Amino acid sequence: MAHASNELVATDIEAYLRLHEHKSLLRFITCGSVDDGKSTLIGRLLYDSKLVFSDHLAALEADSKRVGTQGGELDFALLVDGLAAEREQGITIDVAYRFFSTERRKFIVADTPGHEQYTRNMVTGASTADLAVILVDARKGVLTQTRRHSYLVSLLGIRHIVLAVNKLDLVGYVQDVVTAIEADYRAFAAEIGLTDITCIPVSALRGDNITEPGPNTPWYTGPTLVGHLESVEIADDLHTGPFRLPVQWVNRPDLDFRGFCGQIAGGAVRPGDRIRVLPSGLESTVARIVTADGDLDEAVAGQSVTLTLADEIDVSRGDVIAAAADPPSVADQFACHVVWMSEEPMLPGRPYLLKLGTRSTGVTIAQPKYKVNVNTLEHTAARTLGLNEIGVCNINLDRPVPFDPYVQNREMGGFILIDRFTRATVGAGLLDFALRRAHNVHWQAVDVDKAARARRTGQRPAVVWFTGLSGAGKSTIANLVEKRLYGEGFHTYLLDGDNLRHGLNKDLGFTDADRVENVRRVAEVARLMVDAGLIVLASFISPFRAERELARGLLSQGEFIEVHVDAPLQVAEARDRKGLYAKARRGELVNFTGIDSPYEAPETPELHLDASGAVSAEACADLVAEYLRETGILTPPPEGL
Amino acid sequence: MSRLTHLQRLEAESIQIFREAVAGSERPVLLYSMGKDSSVLLRLALKAFYPSRPPFPLLHVDTTWKFRAMYEFRDKVAADPAVELIVYQNPECVRRGVNPFDHGSATHTDLWKTEGLKQALDHYGFDLAFGGARRDEEQSRAKERVFSIRSAQHRWDPKAQRPELWHQYNTGKQPGQSIRVFPLSNWTERDVWQYIHREQIEIVPLYFAAPRPVVERDGALIMVDDERMRLGPGEAPEQRSVRFRTLGCYPLTGATQSTAATLTEIIREMLLTTSSERQGRAIDHDSSGSMEKKKQEGYF
Repeated sequence: MAHASNELVATDIEAYLRLHEHKSLLRFITCGSVDDGKSTLIGRLLYDSKLVFSDHLAALEADSKRVGTQGGELDFALLVDGLAAEREQGITIDVAYRFFSTERRKFIVADTPGHEQYTRNMVTGASTADLAVILVDARKGVLTQTRRHSYLVSLLGIRHIVLAVNKLDLVGYVQDVVTAIEADYRAFAAEIGLTDITCIPVSALRGDNITEPGPNTPWYTGPTLVGHLESVEIADDLHTGPFRLPVQWVNRPDLDFRGFCGQIAGGAVRPGDRIRVLPSGLESTVARIVTADGDLDEAVAGQSVTLTLADEIDVSRGDVIAAAADPPSVADQFACHVVWMSEEPMLPGRPYLLKLGTRSTGVTIAQPKYKVNVNTLEHTAARTLGLNEIGVCNINLDRPVPFDPYVQNREMGGFILIDRFTRATVGAGLLDFALRRAHNVHWQAVDVDKAARARRTGQRPAVVWFTGLSGAGKSTIANLVEKRLYGEGFHTYLLDGDNLRHGLNKDLGFTDADRVENVRRVAEVARLMVDAGLIVLASFISPFRAERELARGLLSQGEFIEVHVDAPLQVAEARDRKGLYAKARRGELVNFTGIDSPYEAPETPELHLDASGAVSAEACADLVAEYLRETGILTPPPEGL
Repeated sequence: MSRLTHLQRLEAESIQIFREAVAGSERPVLLYSMGKDSSVLLRLALKAFYPSRPPFPLLHVDTTWKFRAMYEFRDKVAADPAVELIVYQNPECVRRGVNPFDHGSATHTDLWKTEGLKQALDHYGFDLAFGGARRDEEQSRAKERVFSIRSAQHRWDPKAQRPELWHQYNTGKQPGQSIRVFPLSNWTERDVWQYIHREQIEIVPLYFAAPRPVVERDGALIMVDDERMRLGPGEAPEQRSVRFRTLGCYPLTGATQSTAATLTEIIREMLLTTSSERQGRAIDHDSSGSMEKKKQEGYF
């Protein structure tokens, strides 16, 4: 293969270039463990397609002698095991992308490690792959990890599977071994919906059936691995599906041109096509398909283009331009699969950011309905998801978004989850379907509203949210503030952590997940009370920034007053009115804030109170009252608010 | 239905990356080195935002030791009204006259390029920088993300990199962090040449073979590009037909003997060659993990 190519290069370079300009591209993922010889297989593919340069080869020969596992012979695995740290450990720990090419195709290989803890990497690698090569060691057959890899591949929507039965040299190239493994695998694969399976017996180490048919397997008449990869037809559903263009960027070089840039995520488009913009629902007609190389008569899925429309309608980044006759749905509540990718567990109720297509929005994830054991495919109950866990959850978005189910369109149904503070990508998800209830539950509109009630009470409703360590003096100060306001005739209510935990929240414990849910309920209760016109004094440790921000987000501008009751841990612990610190130190209480659970101090609270003991609780209460007076909470709102 | 070729798909993906990066940053910049990958990167940037100009400037972190032909090429590129070029030179290096002869290749590269780049990014407050690195260049780059987070100190932490699924790129960052974006991640050297051929992209003439004055030093052919080149005892420049597969500071960049004077001849030579393009670069030879170390320190 590479030789034929070289002849053409030498004799007619122009013909070679024409040939290669029209190659297609196949992206695939290799799945298998360190022991299955996966790195060896990829190293062999690169080597056989003449992509290993002589200087790399010299390094390979030297490394093979030094750390190789093949007794001084070329150890192909060393070609692909990248980072120095991994090379020393002898395992790959991340997704690496490799490239090789033949006469007919260019290949991008996602190489991901196979062991238990790296679901995250496999899911990442599979998300862009059209095909998966699943490696099985001929001596061991279908293993737990083979099932795990196959499940993940099927979950991520890959439909084409190559079952590469490797290390045939170690079982004497016996056909029966391969036949048995293939039958075993097909039976399992059918259960998870994988049907397009090509089984190829290989020895990556010896090169049998990789690029050339192996002399040791006369009984095998199918294609070589490379032969199959070169010729397999990837029926691209995206090309035949309805037109979708998530808008990335609005192009306005001058007043006369307004174009909408994006990569087509489904279907095809021509000038004159009727389109609908989601979520607004506005319709227009495609005027031009603009590219730097001239206008196009047609553009298809995968192309990056700029559309202009016949009408001046409002379109911005995050919108989807779609076929008017077959537009995507718009919804804000979904059932979905979530793959958790962060060391910090997923916390139900915590606000995260979700990015779907080119649109970002706030999201909360409900407690998982179940999580999937990727080894046995069993469903088990779960309150949270840890690193590398997969669960089925409902999610609730801040705003409605246009979408297609993941099984219909990866780009329109696959999303990532982002932590609001670290900005790290903490998870990924696949939209299964929109929840009906999103359309049916409406906020009950009432005639007597918040402003009307507030006028009656002569105050502006608000939540004064006291946060701080246990023992800092939150409840003491909140109590003093309430007494004072009550004395002046204001309508108040004190929500206290301990009191709520006796009733509304008595089903909750003190794990991180329960703390998040505790604060979420408190925030919702406080919101109702604000709607009722009250000044709510909420006294909760509320250790996590994200939940306090959630509470803030439920209320209007100026209604949420965060008060940091700031006492150093030593001071709070020395007070220890309830004897809790002592218990925590003895290990009788777990997840105690400040001891074995973190407290995230507010970065910019409305009020910061020094509760170290230098200032009395009365003086602190004065400061709070003064703040409320200055900001107009203690005066009636004007008419028409 | 028409199916896209591999070059069309690579081009479309790169354009998508450019647009996503611009939508997610305050002050992007394109790191421009006059090399062939930079030329391809610039062409893609022009396409991504057409008919607008690319909404970011080009930044050349200069060492004053590039080939003269590279400076001429740079000035020609900068004359295009669609392009805004910023040139930055580390003032400390200018003052001390840092050069590869007195300070050695490692210090020269570190101070002019690695330090210079950090200073330039801080000076102009760029929060996102496009680079032309490709995953096929070197083992440690095979795992580099398309969007790569750097700390406020511009360090790359291989453990803190974000998973990238589908075409979803997370452009969020904490205060002080910046992002390097590599739109050519999935291109190979062959793809780059093939694209230059297809698009008829102009490249620095040094890529084409011509008679040039060179000396042989430590097994490499070094071009005597100006009077600053110091010759060792017994070294005398001789005219040889050479070309460069990669461009950098002229005293540190080895030429290869070649008569390939046209684009197709270069491509033929590249396809028939048996050594990697980085072989001519002094910096990669120190040790097998050296690029990875450089990257952690902030080298591009």
